[in-house]
Amino acid sequence: MTAAGGALRRLGSKWKAFVFLALLILAWEGYTEWGHTQRFVLPPPTSVWSYLIHNPGLFWHHSLITLREVLTAFVISVSLGVVLAGLIERFKVVEETLLPLLVVTQVVPTIAIAPLLVLLLGFGSAPKIAVAVLISFFPIVINTFTGLRSVDEDLVLLSKGLGAGRLQYLWKIALPTALPYILAGARLAITLSIIGAVIGEFVVSNAGLGFLILQGSAQLTPEQMVAALVVLAIIGILLFNAVRLIEYFATPWAFDRQGRPRYE
Amino acid sequence: MSDTSAGTTVDGRSGGPTAGPSSPGPVLEIESVQRTFVGKRRSVNALGPVTFSVDEGTFVSIVGPSGCGKSTLLKIMYGVVPATDGTVRYRGRDVRGHGSDFGMVFQAPVLLPWRSNLKNVMLPLEVLKRSNAAGEARARELLDMVGLADFADHRPSELSGGMQQRVAICRALVHDPDVLLLDEPFGALDAMTREQLNDDLLTIWSETGKTVVFVTHDISEAVYLSDRVLVMSARPGTVRDDIAIDQQRPRGLETRRHPAFEDYGIRIRTELGLAHDAGH
Repeated sequence: MTAAGGALRRLGSKWKAFVFLALLILAWEGYTEWGHTQRFVLPPPTSVWSYLIHNPGLFWHHSLITLREVLTAFVISVSLGVVLAGLIERFKVVEETLLPLLVVTQVVPTIAIAPLLVLLLGFGSAPKIAVAVLISFFPIVINTFTGLRSVDEDLVLLSKGLGAGRLQYLWKIALPTALPYILAGARLAITLSIIGAVIGEFVVSNAGLGFLILQGSAQLTPEQMVAALVVLAIIGILLFNAVRLIEYFATPWAFDRQGRPRYE
Repeated sequence: MSDTSAGTTVDGRSGGPTAGPSSPGPVLEIESVQRTFVGKRRSVNALGPVTFSVDEGTFVSIVGPSGCGKSTLLKIMYGVVPATDGTVRYRGRDVRGHGSDFGMVFQAPVLLPWRSNLKNVMLPLEVLKRSNAAGEARARELLDMVGLADFADHRPSELSGGMQQRVAICRALVHDPDVLLLDEPFGALDAMTREQLNDDLLTIWSETGKTVVFVTHDISEAVYLSDRVLVMSARPGTVRDDIAIDQQRPRGLETRRHPAFEDYGIRIRTELGLAHDAGH
């Protein structure tokens, strides 16, 4: 059985979660129907659904904008994170110079940096991507660094004994060793990218799902808010599982026969 | 277990030194090798000074207590850990840069989990840019020799610990090195697997005629396998005794049953301070 086959079976095993979710939605519908809430405070799922299917173009348009920001940020984060981690691992001086500063970028709440980035980068998609990169690149750096450092000491000696060059060592031993770690970091980074993009859209924007949520709030159309949230959740789940799938195919050795990750 | 009466010494059948398959002369010369770890307040002498040489085609074991620096010594001989003092010469030249003349086996198999067993065995050939059809044929031949031909295209995770260590031995031999260095290679295996691998190693040794340096903390294993056993003291490790194991080859159950087998063990245990008189 392949690891991917195991992944599909594991998805099938999530049916209890789906049943519970369905019950929650039913309870929500019942509460808005018979409880004493008002439509503009908490809309029933049915009206969220009808809002969604009556405005497909609206959600499609804004989803694509957010999705583009998220994916751009994700690609930048992964490349930047892997390269940074490689430099930190290789050069002591980079580790001592950059690592403390990278930690600073993580202690300052990203939402507090976002307005500054808007000021710097204008009102287009650039500041959203920047916020998303800022929030999502760190796990890649840490995971890649951990992965590169997790090469067994004896393997390092073996490659040294055989006279392997730096590139040979990196290509044949260190990078494949780090790959499962990098991809686990990427799985974190994809969800963080979504958070970052939405934060960016919250600060200032006239497009994207974050914008739809704010607009829904301002115009007292909670259906739009909740519908945008639902779309965000669906995008999040799809992207998360896309990365999971890449993991299964790119690093099958990192999973056991049941499709469970070995390194978590 | 045979009775080991007092006064019995090494069975002196042949007067000559160790029996090697090819020409004499030391392959390795270890001279006053020392290794010191420099700490913030004081430096600790971990190893040496150690001096000995290894003849062509012989099987030499190094036994010693944990922490005596025997593994470090082997890594110095491999040329990947520098000696603080002293020299290691391989065929008269400095050992550094001669790593490809050595095959190394560690305590853990340290195979690459993403590669098939065959590709793992071929790793040294790739690094040395000697990966070709002949190399692959040789890798398959080695896997066949250790009984793993059917697992060539499987991944290491599908093998048991003992089988993985066999793959690691094949990897150490694939580039046809002169010397095979083994650092407690069977220490993590169960006793039965270990005995099996001991015999496999002896078969490989007699078929290939390599010079073998074998580090272990298992005394009977050292006696069973070797032409010569070097006994090291506790830290800082020095060579306390250099014992020629004058036993017939091929080794087998007969070797274990031979009275001298016990005597060697007792001599080594005495050197290590492990032998206590029960009182009579």
